[in-house]
Amino acid sequence: MSAIRHPISGTPPRRIGTLVDKTALLAGPGLLYLAVLYAVPLLLLLLQSFRSDDGGFTLVAYTSFFGDTYNLEVLARTLRVAFLTTLLSLAVAYPTAIAMNRAKGIWLTVFLVALVLPMSLGVVVKAFAWSILFRSNGALNQTMESLGLIDAPIRMLFTETALVIGAANVFLPFMVLPIYAVLRQQDDALQHAAASLGASPVFRFFHVSLPLTLPGIVAGAAFVFSLSISMYVIPSLIVGETQQTLPMLIARSFLYLRNEQLGSSISAILLIIAIAVVLFSSWLAARLGAKE
Amino acid sequence: MTRTDQIFSRLSWIVAIATAAFLMLPIVITVVVSFSASPVYTLPPPDWSLRWYEALQRKFGLVDAVLLSLNLAVLSTAVSLALGTAAAIAVARGQFPGRAAVGTFVVSPLMMPGLVLGVAMLQFFRDIGLRDAYWSLLLAHVVITLPFVMRTLLAAMGSFDFSMIDAARTLGLSYPKAIAKVLIPNLAPAYLTGGLFAFLASMDNYPISIFLTDARNKTLPIKMLQYLEEQPDPSIAAMSTGLILLAIVVLAIGARTVGLNRMIQG
Repeated sequence: MSAIRHPISGTPPRRIGTLVDKTALLAGPGLLYLAVLYAVPLLLLLLQSFRSDDGGFTLVAYTSFFGDTYNLEVLARTLRVAFLTTLLSLAVAYPTAIAMNRAKGIWLTVFLVALVLPMSLGVVVKAFAWSILFRSNGALNQTMESLGLIDAPIRMLFTETALVIGAANVFLPFMVLPIYAVLRQQDDALQHAAASLGASPVFRFFHVSLPLTLPGIVAGAAFVFSLSISMYVIPSLIVGETQQTLPMLIARSFLYLRNEQLGSSISAILLIIAIAVVLFSSWLAARLGAKE
Repeated sequence: MTRTDQIFSRLSWIVAIATAAFLMLPIVITVVVSFSASPVYTLPPPDWSLRWYEALQRKFGLVDAVLLSLNLAVLSTAVSLALGTAAAIAVARGQFPGRAAVGTFVVSPLMMPGLVLGVAMLQFFRDIGLRDAYWSLLLAHVVITLPFVMRTLLAAMGSFDFSMIDAARTLGLSYPKAIAKVLIPNLAPAYLTGGLFAFLASMDNYPISIFLTDARNKTLPIKMLQYLEEQPDPSIAAMSTGLILLAIVVLAIGARTVGLNRMIQG
């Protein structure tokens, strides 16, 4: 395989050496850009959160954040909402990806359009559309009432359930697409082989399909979880000030309270969580890749 | 196919169709509301009208915001495609220590909290004395768009046959020319996908932009949220319907030229 793909490997080694050096250099501009405008600002923010007023090292920002039960409540809510959003997205996305993998023609087009077209509707408008639906006099309550599912309008706007549904709606494509991508590379013959050897559908799911799709699940789940802990527009339109999340605390401390110290330290905490998610998911992906 | 298989298959189809409807729901609501005669959002609308489309013409602030967002999205996507092509070639073909780490690093901004990036950039720009809102936004939007471009280009270049570049060079093309004439046309779907997702991410960014705007430079999502908080009438829905129409045209062109599936998968 590699012999076919790189026939040039027969040329003298010296030439290859210079070519490789040049190729590596191509990463320079992009890396430099991200280093200066992305990594350095984040690093400065992190360092700032450990620096006391006289320039020394301190953990005061963290001890005061974790010493306040209200902050802990907000942190727990942020993680809970992100976890539930990821779980709901995965539960819905997995069967969808399977059906998409089998769909042809017009149905495949319908599914692909349903995944991509909503991205053209900005998150602001999307979250607002959900807030219209969730109002107590909104369409959802009216429909459920006329169907006899509920007796009186129930409060949905400003609840965590509404937030999870709205967030899953916005982030769902990022779960479906990676799972669909790994499913498409899967060989159907594996399923047939397992079936002809007498494996039950449930056994086949846990021993053939699931392990093969795990890289897609890890990629999708990590992405949706990161997006969910960081979302700001969706909760501010669907749950408002009543149920704060970490990003809402950050925005409030900077844009309304003008308390940069507080905002920076909460930012640093959210950043550490996000970095942990990135590192953990890429470690998991590497492990899965190594297994194959 | 056993009976259980059939039940599984049936169930996955039901979930998939429900998912498609669930995903389309906000679009349907937005379009319906935009034709409502009522100034408040009642569903279904009491009567139909085009008044919010007419009202749109009087909202000059909104037009400015659309133009600024388009400007930022086009320029930042173009810069990202250039930086991204070079970097992706290096990661796909170059040999240097930490290649995998570089691949993770260039895609990582996708998973960083937007507000935190916004705060960090605001403080950084202030430290280095950059006060211009437009330039701050443009520099920031390249950081937003570059990972989207990198993600699709890295995946596409992983399966691109680079001996074609070597062949083109043997035939006398310079390295940059070989990239422009062989690599880019071959990876056209990836460029389209990466470019499209990057463009949309820039158009839709709120959390980073909110820290970098000033009174004169307000991007579309910021202006829209401000309108919705101040005077929530359906003219925002009317404008969004226009943008949806534009997206349908882009999707249709993409579907005809490279195919929807290739376009979405890169």
